[in-house]
Order: sequence, then structure tokens, then C-alpha cells
Amino acid sequence: MGIRAILAITAKELNSYFASFIAYAVVAGFLFVTGAFFSLSVLLSRQVNLRFTLTDVAIILLFVSPAITMRLLSEEQASGTLELLVTSPIREAEIVLGKFLAALVFLVIMLAATAYYPLLLISYSQPDPGPIAAAYLGLFLQGAAFISLGLFISALTRNQVVAYIFTFGLLLIIWLFEAISGIFGGQVGSILSSLAFYNHFVDFPKGVVDTKDVVFYISVVVFGLVLAERVLESRRWR
Amino acid sequence: MTQPAIQVKNLSKSYGLTLALRDVSFEVRRGEIVGFLGPNGAGKTTTMRILVGYLPPTSGTAIVDGYDVLKDSLEVRRRIGYLPENISLYNDMTVEAFLEFMATIRGVARKRVRERVRAVMAQTRLDHMARVLIGKLSRGYRQRVGLAQALVHDPPILILDEPTVGLDPRQIIETRQLIKSLAGDHTVILSSHILPEVSMTCQRVLVIHQGQIVAEDAPENLAARLRGSERIRVEVRGPADQVRRALEAIPGVLAVIPEARDGVASFAIDCAVGTDLREQVAEAVVRGGWGLRELRPVGMSLEEIFLKLTTEEPDGNTGNPGDNREGA
Repeated sequence: MGIRAILAITAKELNSYFASFIAYAVVAGFLFVTGAFFSLSVLLSRQVNLRFTLTDVAIILLFVSPAITMRLLSEEQASGTLELLVTSPIREAEIVLGKFLAALVFLVIMLAATAYYPLLLISYSQPDPGPIAAAYLGLFLQGAAFISLGLFISALTRNQVVAYIFTFGLLLIIWLFEAISGIFGGQVGSILSSLAFYNHFVDFPKGVVDTKDVVFYISVVVFGLVLAERVLESRRWR
Repeated sequence: MTQPAIQVKNLSKSYGLTLALRDVSFEVRRGEIVGFLGPNGAGKTTTMRILVGYLPPTSGTAIVDGYDVLKDSLEVRRRIGYLPENISLYNDMTVEAFLEFMATIRGVARKRVRERVRAVMAQTRLDHMARVLIGKLSRGYRQRVGLAQALVHDPPILILDEPTVGLDPRQIIETRQLIKSLAGDHTVILSSHILPEVSMTCQRVLVIHQGQIVAEDAPENLAARLRGSERIRVEVRGPADQVRRALEAIPGVLAVIPEARDGVASFAIDCAVGTDLREQVAEAVVRGGWGLRELRPVGMSLEEIFLKLTTEEPDGNTGNPGDNREGA
């Protein structure tokens, strides 16, 4: 596995993010919406507490992360530049990892921009740092899982809009598995409920970091990356 | 050096029901420049894409530098520089950044990346465009960037799909010189649908038509065959030797090529171009008292395939060669 090749692809993708207007629009929209939630939450509750704001950020990530991943592989397929990558002596896994890392860096930059909210609270008061740090860890893990699945969907289609819609749909359904699980009940219900993104996220903003949640998110990341790699690789023998 | 650079055996490729390549076999020696010549849609691009590992063959094998394109794809890709037809590039990168990226993923050592990028930019005359965004380049410059990325890791084997498409006449001449200068150290396969292009750059030409190799020769010989003859196929029941002598005696016949078949004498007759000797052939057979079983002009001759090729240089080749300012 060539670290250099992976990082070269990551650098190329990051360059491409910040060379386009869409990246700035996505970040701006994300900050606007999360900022609005933050202001409302603080003004209405009059509490030095970020639990609700950061849970809202997780929901906003449902909308934003498909926009981060939609073009990663679909654009290369549509424009034909994928031909350059796959005829180079690099593995599909390196392409997928390089792109995943780029999206992850973009996510981290976006989350880092929201550090403004806790910093603002700290300058006026003494919020409990534990739950805030845990919530950010949860957002990072969940964002990584979203990106990994989005990358997989992006490998399946040449159309960015289709990639966005399907990724968002997939994430939303998994997020809501808890709600659907009631309909099925029994064995199926409990499997659905144990896969629900919401159930795994909800403890982080309370300051509880459970190993099984961390393992869950990492498993989803690996699952999505392996699928994306398989889809890319299938072209070689199809 | 005994092993050929490229060995293709019985290669076939089908897309669904359409057969794009059927049973293609050829070899390319090390240091040779070989041209694929054929009309659009003949199977040139498909063959090249199989060689670079972009498409899997439906059947048959392709060996590049001793490695199978399916089993050892990575090893094959390490040894090949590939210029796709109508290359797509990353429009949001500068020429220099793009070439550095390609050098890196093609495995050029970190210390040599800058040096290699500078070298290929000089080779393809892109130096003054280093900091320009690829999206702002004209067609001709994009094609040069494509050529530069194929050369950047100094691969022993180059596969160039229509390397001069979109270039202006002066650039075409420069590119051909560049490709010729690569011979010896590099093995080159290039494709074209333009006859003079391959005859000027290649040592050997494979004519591809409807997914098959229909002729293979040095460019001079191909041109001679093109000017040379028309072909008639005749099948006669009679003693092969005598029939052959009688056919050869017909004025206008250039060559009589026996085609072995049981019980009957079958020949292909090459005649001077523009003549129709079918009646004379029939007369000669009847005069000999033999049975004439078949007499027909051969269907798709090489010549007819050539008629489908572009036999002239693109327009404007006589234009002002000093006027090649283009791009951003």
C-alpha cells in the first residue's frame, strides 16, 4: 500500500474542494444553520450547554456529508479522468482511501469551524468540557461513517445529483432505523434498532463514550470503504 | 531482448452482443514503433484499453513485458505510459501540479518528481504553461499535457491513442518528431485513422478493420499493395499446375496465389488496378477444358478499407506555420 499515492490523491481532492465554489457554499450553509441552532438554544434555554446544539449538528451532517462525497468518484467517471487513475500503477484501495481521507479532512475543517460556539461559551462561563469533547468525537465518528457510505454510493453512479440523493436517503433511513424498528418488532426490530445511527450517537453529547458505539462507527467506515473498493475493482473483470 | 515487448494472442472483446475485437494476434518487438491504422470504430481503442488494463479481454491473452494484463495488471501498468483518446484531465489543476500528481501516482521517486516534470514539460513544449489551469488550455495544449503525463514516469512502453488529434499542423510535426525520437529506448504503439500519419512515424503498421487485423506490413509495402492490384478469386476443377500456368499467361495478371482446397484448384489472382479480368479468366479456363466452379472479385479488399481511412493530412496543413499561438 503506497502512502505517497494515497496522500497525493488526498491532496488533489482537497485542492479540488477548495478550488470550487460549492465547497465554500457547503461550509457557509453548514455554519449558518448550526449557528442559528446554537443561538436559539442558548437564547431560549439560558443554559451553558451544547448538548442540543451538537445533537442538531449531527442531524445537519445528514444533509451536508452527501454533498461532500457526491462528486468524489462519480465526477471522475463522468468526465473520464478515472481512466488516468485506474491505468496508473495504484490499487483501487489507494484511490478509495485517498479520497476518503480528503473528505475526512474537509469534515474536520468544518467541525473545527464550529469550535467557535464552545469557545464563546467558555469565554463567558464554565461549561463542562467532557460532554463537549465527547460530542465532537461522536460527530467525527458519525461524519466518517457518513462519508464512507457516501463514497460507496459515489462509486456506483456517474451522476452527482443521483449520488447525493441516494446517499442522503440511505443515511436518513439508517438514522431512523430506531423509529422503523417498532413496526417490525422482535428479532428484525432489534437488529434495525442496533444499527440505527441515532442510537449510537445519542450518548456522546451526554459525555458518554461507549466502546460499542465507537466500534460500530469504525465498522461502518470499513464496510463502506470495502464496498467502494469492490465497485471500482469490478471494472477490471466485468 | 528475445522476448517481445507486447504479445497478443487470439484476443477477443465483446460488449454485450457486439463483437468489438475478434481473434486478434500480434507482437511488438522492443524499441519498435507500431501503428494501428483503421477507420473509427475499428477496434483500435479497445485493443489499447485492454493492453493498459482498463478493459478486460473477453478471451485471449495479452502479455506486456512478460506480464499478463489480467493477472499482473499492476506490473503492466508500471511499465506503460498511456495517452487515452480525447483525454480527460483535471481542469482545476495547473499543468505543473497535474504532472507532479501523475508522476507521484506512477511511482516516480519523490526526489525525481520535479526533475521529471520539468523534463517532460520541455519535451512537449509546455514550460511556459506550467502555472496555467488545465481548464483554460486550448485543445492542442491539452493534448500535449496528455502526452506529457504519458511520458512523465519514463515508461519503457508507450500506448498513444490518436496522439495528434486536435493539434495544429506545426504541433503535429513536432509531436511526430517527438514520437520518432522515442524509438529505440521505448516501444511505442500509436493509433490513427490517418494514413500519412502512420506511414511517417511507424516502422510497421497493423491495419485493423471491424475488430480484425486485415493487414500487417511496413508502411512502404502497404502503400505498394494499395497502389498495386485488384483481386479475383477463382475455383477450377482441373490440374492445379496447368490451370495456374494458364492463368498466369493472361495479360494483366500480376500474381496467382494458390489456395489449397481438396479436389479443386483454387486461386487468388492479383490484377493491375483498374482492370477487370474476369471474362479473360473465364475464357482461359473454358479453353483449357476445365470446370469453372467459382469466379468472383474478392469482397473487402485492403484497398476498400483504405478508402474509408483519411488519406490526406487534416485541413490547413499548408497554413502559416508561425501562427501557432493559442491557449490562455
